[in-house]
Amino acid sequence: MLEIKNLKAGIEGKEILKGLDLTINPGEVHAIMGPNGSGKSTLANVLAGRPKYEVTGGSVLFEGKDLLELPTEERAREGVFLAMQYPVEIPGVNNIYFLKAALNAMRKHHGLEELDAMEFLQLAREKMKVVELDKAFMNRGVNEGFSGGEKKRNEIFQMAVLDPKLAILDETDSGLDIDALRIVAEGVNTLRTEHHSVLVITHYQRLLRYLVPDYVHVLANGRIVKSGGKELAEELEQKGYDWIDEEAGAATGAGVA
Amino acid sequence: MSAVVTTELRERAAETFAKLGWPTTRIEEWRYTNLARLQKIAWRTDDAVAAIDSPASLAEQAAMELVFVNGRHVRTTGSIATASGSVAEAATAPQDGLTIADWERNAMVALNTANAQDGARIHIPGGVVAEGFIHLLFIGRADGTDNIWSHPRNVITVGANAQVKIVETYVGSGSYFTNHVTEIVAEESAVVDHYKVECESLSAYHVGNVFIRQERGANVTSRTFAIGGAIARNETHVVLNGEGTSVTLDGLFFGSGTQHLDTRTVIDHVQPHCESLELYKGVLDQNARGVFDGLIIVRPGAVKTVSKQTNRNLLLSETAIVDSKPNLEIHNNDVKCNHGSTIGQIDEEALFYLRSRGVGENEARSLLIFAFASEIADRIAIEPVREQIRRALFRAMPERLPERRGGTR
Repeated sequence: MLEIKNLKAGIEGKEILKGLDLTINPGEVHAIMGPNGSGKSTLANVLAGRPKYEVTGGSVLFEGKDLLELPTEERAREGVFLAMQYPVEIPGVNNIYFLKAALNAMRKHHGLEELDAMEFLQLAREKMKVVELDKAFMNRGVNEGFSGGEKKRNEIFQMAVLDPKLAILDETDSGLDIDALRIVAEGVNTLRTEHHSVLVITHYQRLLRYLVPDYVHVLANGRIVKSGGKELAEELEQKGYDWIDEEAGAATGAGVA
Repeated sequence: MSAVVTTELRERAAETFAKLGWPTTRIEEWRYTNLARLQKIAWRTDDAVAAIDSPASLAEQAAMELVFVNGRHVRTTGSIATASGSVAEAATAPQDGLTIADWERNAMVALNTANAQDGARIHIPGGVVAEGFIHLLFIGRADGTDNIWSHPRNVITVGANAQVKIVETYVGSGSYFTNHVTEIVAEESAVVDHYKVECESLSAYHVGNVFIRQERGANVTSRTFAIGGAIARNETHVVLNGEGTSVTLDGLFFGSGTQHLDTRTVIDHVQPHCESLELYKGVLDQNARGVFDGLIIVRPGAVKTVSKQTNRNLLLSETAIVDSKPNLEIHNNDVKCNHGSTIGQIDEEALFYLRSRGVGENEARSLLIFAFASEIADRIAIEPVREQIRRALFRAMPERLPERRGGTR
């Protein structure tokens, strides 16, 4: 589904990803962990196509298509969804109107009929239950006046409505209390099928207790330096990232020598 | 209740205009707006007007609608009657000695006074709460000619404890010039909700002067929407002449192409314990230019004044311009006044957020522009008028966006 090869990217002339390889197959949940500044958010933003991030090398194929060639909205329509670390507040743009426009743009892209207001509301109500968001949120401005936890739940709600093939969660767990964390994880879990893949980007292991990954990767200095099963996350929790840095440093040193 | 414009007043106003001349950019209040183009045209009034149907008509929704074409009254539908007769009629105003419009110093008001044509004469007797709203529709038409001007003059008096909602709409086709004056006197504890919707033809010229005088405890809201016109100048002058009055002045100017949309407001706090709240927003695309010049004067005796003035602008292209000039003139220390002005572009973070959910770039931009503008549009308390403005904004947007992309990338 997603095939990243030797991806190099950065921001404002500074290279942050220095040759990243990652393959995600349909139905798999991958977690990327790593210390601050290792390039986790850069990866998420590059995949979603955020302006300002420059790709300087490598390739990203999504279902065989060159993802990096597509504008942001087309990546979304193809089925890539980024749950953002810092969802923006957009006063004046109605939450539900916006989401309906998004879903219908996606349906149109796939040659499906657009949903009318009633059909959409029915779908939205159903999905809101998943993340335990109150109906009142639907008619507010996008994220307007939402608490941190509500914003993250709104991300998952949008994800549930848009039903992406690949969901990327960029530190969705940061700033969440345990209840919100559980709700978010359950929301994501309801979307897990053999056709849906998830890439969880996180600093901590706690989200992974509820949202159990198939694979865990450690990102350090812009590269994946270690991969393993879910037990790797526990190891990182206990030992921190220092030992990884040492291993990575040693590996790089060996390469140079 | 027929009103007569005295020949003498017309003559004096004509003399004043001859003395003042057309405003030039050498005058501080006209620094950003050049009327030289208008000055060169041999204007004439239209003497053969006929009633026409306009999509801007709100005859079905309004309690009463008066329609004017090129400065002449052509139709009245509906009525609001009281014991003393209809509250509104078409008339040629003003009467000498009764006008609150400053024709002695304001050249364009002098020009209007000298040439005053039909307008609405509205009088809400004391204690009367007018149901619904009164719509004044002014249609400019220049079929095959481009030197028709009109000088509508509206005079509105709202008696003590009376209430009324009034909407002025200016629309048209072709190149013509509307120079209107509207006078509103709100007597003690009157409540007035006033809207001015300027949707003139994109090749028309519009100068409008609204004068508001409020007596003790009167509460006036006046909102101005400037969407049309090649050059449009919208002035609102408010005198808070009684204690405890409150005025809300809001506005939106929304221009593209080479439109020039100029807003000037003057709020004069004369008496103590008055409040003025002002929020004007500007959206400018392509090569359009917007001006906000807001003056708040607080007189020595106007203690306990509360005043807040805000102007926010959104520029959609690198060639759009806005001049924002908030101005406070405070002559006593016992006041709470603040003013602020911002000029910004589309929020790139918000744009990315919308696009990342699959909304196309053009639609996402439209949504954000509309969100910015709707803060003002949503304040319109009259639903059909709010809908009309929303439609006008929607109509304006998709046409503008593809051009903008080509022009600024």
